[in-house]
Amino acid sequence: MSVKLDANIPEGPIEQKWDKHRFSMKLVNPANKRKYQVIVVGTGLAGASASASLAELGYNVKTFCIHDSPRRAHSIAAQGGINAAKNYPNDGDSIYRLFYDTVKGGDFRAREANVYRLAQISNLIIDQCVAQGVPFAREYGGLLDNRSFGGAQVSRTFYARGQTGQQLLLGAYSAMMRQVGLGKVKLFPRREMLDLVLVDGKARGITVRNLTTGEIESHAADAVVLATGGYGNVYFLSTNAMKSNVTAAWRCHKKGAFFANPCFTQIHPTCIPRSGDYQSKLTLMSESLRNDGRVWVPKNKGDARPPQQIPEEDRDYYLERVYPSFGNLVPRDVASRQAKFRVDEGRGVGPTEEAVYLDFGDSIRRLGQKAIEAKYGNLFQMYEKITGENPYEVPMRIFPAVHYTMGGLWVDYNLQSSVPGLHVLGEANFSDHGANRLGASALMQGLADGYFIIPYTLGNYLAGQDLVKVDESHQAFKDSQQEVRAKTDKFFSIQGSKSVDEFHRELGQLMWNFVGMSRNAHGLEEVQNRIAGVREEFWQNLKMTGQRDYRNDELEKAGRVADFLEMGELMAKDALERRESCGGHFREEYQTPENEALRDDDKFCHVAAYEYQSQDSHKMAWQRHQEELSFEYVKLTTRSYK
Amino acid sequence: MAGTAGKALNLKLKVWRQAGPDKEGRFVEYEARNISSDASFLEMLDVINVDLVKSGQEPIEFDHDCREGICGSCSMVINGSPHGPDRGTATCQLHMRRFRDGETIVIEPFRAKAFPIVKDLAVDRSAFDRIMQVGGFISVNTGNAPDANSLPVPKENADMAFAAATCIGCGACVAACKNASASLFVSAKLAHLALLPQGQAEREQRTLSMVAQMDEEGFGACTNTGACSAACPKEIDLENIARMNRDYFKASLRERSEKS
Repeated sequence: MSVKLDANIPEGPIEQKWDKHRFSMKLVNPANKRKYQVIVVGTGLAGASASASLAELGYNVKTFCIHDSPRRAHSIAAQGGINAAKNYPNDGDSIYRLFYDTVKGGDFRAREANVYRLAQISNLIIDQCVAQGVPFAREYGGLLDNRSFGGAQVSRTFYARGQTGQQLLLGAYSAMMRQVGLGKVKLFPRREMLDLVLVDGKARGITVRNLTTGEIESHAADAVVLATGGYGNVYFLSTNAMKSNVTAAWRCHKKGAFFANPCFTQIHPTCIPRSGDYQSKLTLMSESLRNDGRVWVPKNKGDARPPQQIPEEDRDYYLERVYPSFGNLVPRDVASRQAKFRVDEGRGVGPTEEAVYLDFGDSIRRLGQKAIEAKYGNLFQMYEKITGENPYEVPMRIFPAVHYTMGGLWVDYNLQSSVPGLHVLGEANFSDHGANRLGASALMQGLADGYFIIPYTLGNYLAGQDLVKVDESHQAFKDSQQEVRAKTDKFFSIQGSKSVDEFHRELGQLMWNFVGMSRNAHGLEEVQNRIAGVREEFWQNLKMTGQRDYRNDELEKAGRVADFLEMGELMAKDALERRESCGGHFREEYQTPENEALRDDDKFCHVAAYEYQSQDSHKMAWQRHQEELSFEYVKLTTRSYK
Repeated sequence: MAGTAGKALNLKLKVWRQAGPDKEGRFVEYEARNISSDASFLEMLDVINVDLVKSGQEPIEFDHDCREGICGSCSMVINGSPHGPDRGTATCQLHMRRFRDGETIVIEPFRAKAFPIVKDLAVDRSAFDRIMQVGGFISVNTGNAPDANSLPVPKENADMAFAAATCIGCGACVAACKNASASLFVSAKLAHLALLPQGQAEREQRTLSMVAQMDEEGFGACTNTGACSAACPKEIDLENIARMNRDYFKASLRERSEKS
């Protein structure tokens, strides 16, 4: 075990850790806060809420985003909802239960202390959002409505029809824009972070490309906060937005930030199946659909009848059959894997036979079409637009798709990475979801990190430092700019014959086949070489057109795919070394007789954190470190949803 | 057509190409061959772009990101309609089955003085953010909030506020308007907060500030033709503009009487 990985978890009983820590942390007095400059990269839920909250405290914030407007970050696309332990429905929820469900849902690969804090903060988030005017769904009495979600037996999910993400992001965005108006946040849209700048081993700034003018810019600060989302687009086809990427996090990784649990990816069960080779992305539909939809496949292989003509006795409602107590509401990893099993058995449906049915027939008969429309109208409409089929009449076809990455840059309890001064929030860090994230928990974590954790822990960091004065004229910024320019020039100098997208598709196919829903040692060994091969070809045969010094989408994509081609290898390596199954990481060699994930708590009850070491033209090298996890409150047991 | 594979389409495209804000633009014709009717409109452009890149030409630049109709990035005018022919549908949700084999499709950027062209089909919509920063918020610092259920909101108001808040900030309303007015966008933002009890304290100032900034940015005046609402991918209701006008009238009267 490495000495470098101290999670800095406070002493004391779990319910007192955060309170005690808040008391013991150093404060920056109000007059001194305005002397500090903080950089926030990313304007999704975590970045926008952090920018707003830090500026409200008095810090000078520079906020960067790749979009033309900070309102467009991919948090906007979250549909289903946000969890909180309010227990408004009086159905037995509590902070402890949310904590328990999240640790168990993550298959015991998350830190207990972090998860408990997340559950504590969850209630404050709802209060804050309502005060900002977030229009959550309400009951006729005017109070907030809740619904249930996968992996839980209580109704703790707050929602705004099918666009909770947009409404929460608009709340955080509006709070941030208020600070922009007040001059406390300086906004830099259409900037892509291409390097982290270190001075004396501490994060002191970033190098960005202005995506409109092509200019390479330096920005100095006293600390850097990274909130740049996950790396699901390494699979090419995912539910992520087209611009979602790992570049900012990856460049930090190569400057010393450890990458934790890279193989923990979430494959979301309710996505619209792919239809052809031209496909650019996959579309998710909220798993809240599983509240009223029943998942099934035909009992018999090769049953080619249209779904309406298959009688009840010839249908296999496999989730209800295998998991009688959770039924269609099992966690995402379990639901996805079960769909894969059915397809592998040859019982998949639709033209590609890579889909299962999600059927609302029973619910429509029971509640009426109006009630289903009120709950899921926009999702049904979206499905119809994409597939051309009417889901009120024909069961939806769904199949799992890459959706979220639990892995990310390693952070301690204060959300600080292994690089002093670099803090990482939201999906970009690894901290709270273990090996599988429960539904409606991503929004909760992003906002917890941004509104209620970083404002305290960043102050603690700054107050404890004796930072030398650094500005953009420092040599470290010049070196970084030069490095970034050299890389850009390289893309243009190759003059090969294949487009960025072609390489990206190739990588994605390898990742999906070998590092997807089910993995094995042989495939994981093989795929590392094959990824290296694609990477090698990329650097010899890439075709780049357009200008270097003006807007150029191809150039943006090339930089991102170059990083994915390295990231993919690390994911495969981590998946190979984790010789157990847990959550979304399913190794075929490690399963129970009933095909459930078989953990190995003796050998793998730890976080794997990778330190980047070196790279020659072909081979990359990392050192694997371990942070041991201990479970004092939630007993290590086999997860069961039967 | 349960699960049938799409059929192949051959199309002619006329696409606006413009190298930069001060450069001259023009239509360029392209052939789109063998496009699946199940592909989305943007996937059709992806296919064209890969071919352009491989033949050493600059691909067509357009804004896009989530491709799920919610981020509001996509912004083109297709055959004369912002976001194309389907009602309540953003460009990224438009699918090729909507088009006939052999059809010619004309693709242009959103055109408005306040949305300068960046390149090809991409325009600069930062004017919307500047309108938001002068008032599109409720002033509540993190940590100030009372319990979420301490303030009941009648369901009807909550639903109307939500409907206004579904605006994705794409700017199609501006592109559709003959005056390039931003009234639908601004009024949706105002109505979302004006319909909620939390939004009352700053209601008048918010209205005055955001309307003033809208004018400052060079958007035109509203003449109530309703083209904006018809083009809106989220079908934001025109009645929000009536709400804004009423609030603006009230607030400006009070402002005048306070000054006199």
